Amino acid sequence: MNIFVLIKQVPDTETKIKIKGGGVGIETGDIKWIINPYDEFAIEEAIKTKDKIKAGAITVVTVGPDRVVEALRTALAMGCDNAVHVKTDADFSDGYVAAEALAAVCKKQNAELVFTGKQGIDDDQCAVFGYVSELLDWPCASVVVKCDIDAGAKKAKVEREVEGGGRHTIEMSVPCVVAVNKGINTPRYASLPGIMKAKKKEIQSYALSDLGVSSTTSNVTDSDYQLPPERKAGKKIDGDPAAQAKELVRLLHEEAKVL
Amino acid sequence: MISFQLSDEQLALKEMVARFVQNDMLPVAAKYDQSGEFPWEIIKKAFELGLMNIAVPQEYGGLGLGVLDDVVINEELGTGCLGMTTSISVNTLALYPILLGGTPAQIKEFVVPFLSEPKIASFCLTEPNSGSDAGSLSTHIKEDGDHYIVNGSKMWITNAGQASLFSVFATTNKELRTKGMACIVVPADAKGVSLGKHEDKLGQRCSDTRAITFENVRVPKSHLIGKVGEGFKIAMKTLDRTRPPIAAGAVGAARSALQHSVKYSKERRQFNQSISSFQAIQFMLADMATKVEAGRLLCQRAGWLLDRGDFEAANLASAHAKRFSADMAMEVAIDAVQVFGGYGYTKEYPVEKIMRDVKLVQIYEGTSQIQRVVIARELLKD
Repeated sequence: MNIFVLIKQVPDTETKIKIKGGGVGIETGDIKWIINPYDEFAIEEAIKTKDKIKAGAITVVTVGPDRVVEALRTALAMGCDNAVHVKTDADFSDGYVAAEALAAVCKKQNAELVFTGKQGIDDDQCAVFGYVSELLDWPCASVVVKCDIDAGAKKAKVEREVEGGGRHTIEMSVPCVVAVNKGINTPRYASLPGIMKAKKKEIQSYALSDLGVSSTTSNVTDSDYQLPPERKAGKKIDGDPAAQAKELVRLLHEEAKVL
Repeated sequence: MISFQLSDEQLALKEMVARFVQNDMLPVAAKYDQSGEFPWEIIKKAFELGLMNIAVPQEYGGLGLGVLDDVVINEELGTGCLGMTTSISVNTLALYPILLGGTPAQIKEFVVPFLSEPKIASFCLTEPNSGSDAGSLSTHIKEDGDHYIVNGSKMWITNAGQASLFSVFATTNKELRTKGMACIVVPADAKGVSLGKHEDKLGQRCSDTRAITFENVRVPKSHLIGKVGEGFKIAMKTLDRTRPPIAAGAVGAARSALQHSVKYSKERRQFNQSISSFQAIQFMLADMATKVEAGRLLCQRAGWLLDRGDFEAANLASAHAKRFSADMAMEVAIDAVQVFGGYGYTKEYPVEKIMRDVKLVQIYEGTSQIQRVVIARELLKD
């Protein structure tokens, strides 16, 4: 089975975000880039699925400038077999063109199953998996926390997380798109032998124009970026313990409204 | 022409080890420090990640990494727990004598099994009465048909209680000093091998340090690595390669002490301001940072020289790296405890452990004084 994993390179969760002069976009100079954590779960799930069905190969695909090759190398070092880089310096904040490119690679290379993260932790749009499944005309499940692929019967049985800790189990036909959530697995590290092997693997590269996408720039124009308001300083409650407790309960009830 | 840029692979492995430290080592570092138990869970994970036995050449199925790679890995590991770092990297120390002095058949027999499962080997040079003066060792080997008979005792042997194989340095005649020395592989389960108690140490408490006694231990002659008389050379060649990584572990520990100090100094408020606003603290932090940088550069350069095969220059560079990094890490750790004040003196905060752990780097694998002997000898030679 030809398993594909669609990943995105995003700023490290501990990055201190700075807005560019002009207020549109962020400064990328000092950013440490990582694989989107939800996509890491997708890579792990692809590897586990391949191990379980004992057949097939895993191809990892991403879209972006040269720096994203590092994310592909990490995915190869974790255990993916092939990597595809769709090269562009354009910034797709809507994700649609990126999804078109990813879907085109899946089609070109006869993908039979797609894993990806339920969202990118940078723009949080939760959009690409949906676009891709629509473009491929495949079924899709999101927020997946458990996934069983039956390669023989071409069926996927997945559990989705729903509000209040509930589980929603669905069955769909394969090929399909599985957009995974945190908790589905614990991603392995790129091992040392994996890192050494990954450096020797070839990374295929496409230009956007090779893939018949509708546009080579974003369809959405960003107009303004703002940082979240700074967190207010904490409040110290004075008095004896009984008075402090009373005041704390009052504040939790009246100001924080959590009681 | 000069470049201080690590390769993409080195950056990738540094990143991987940093995650291993964050997710696996740090959460259990204090627990193992207190219990002194051997951290098998960490050793097993390190093995799975390929962090053990990294010097085994590719033709034997290993990764064949160089000393600079080892330096990069050990600095990261050192930021987690120096006791675990020592336990992880001692296999490389124990297997190097076989890799450097052994025949291909010996490498296959003794080293290759270490690539397929998490197993431990120990390097046995030091004795109760022979430390810095390694040439004075008295563990004895005597021919007996197609066997050698080993008698004597070793001291402060890292991971001894967990090891399946010992690389033992011994002599046929103590009077010959270094010229009589030999290296011989002794299986830990050989008859006549007995272990001392797990030493209750100041720091690096989870590494399993013990004495070993050999009493009429019979070992086939095929276990002799190189020839009788080559043991000292094999030991020194081994230590040349392991000193820069050991020193890099101390650099990592110092880096961690510095990071803790920076963070704490921003949080701790006195006189209505964070203590990081005081120049007294700022200058301590600045000095700590410079020392860490300098240590790293010395370690990396020593590793680089070894990888290039410039062993003469590397011998001196390794001495500089080990001497400076060990002493530097001790100073930095002491300053970190000072920045933390009373809190730093308690086990609630991580810096006192670093201070206890790094002390050992000034002592093991050649004391800081022995490193100075090497450096001074080089300076004063005609």
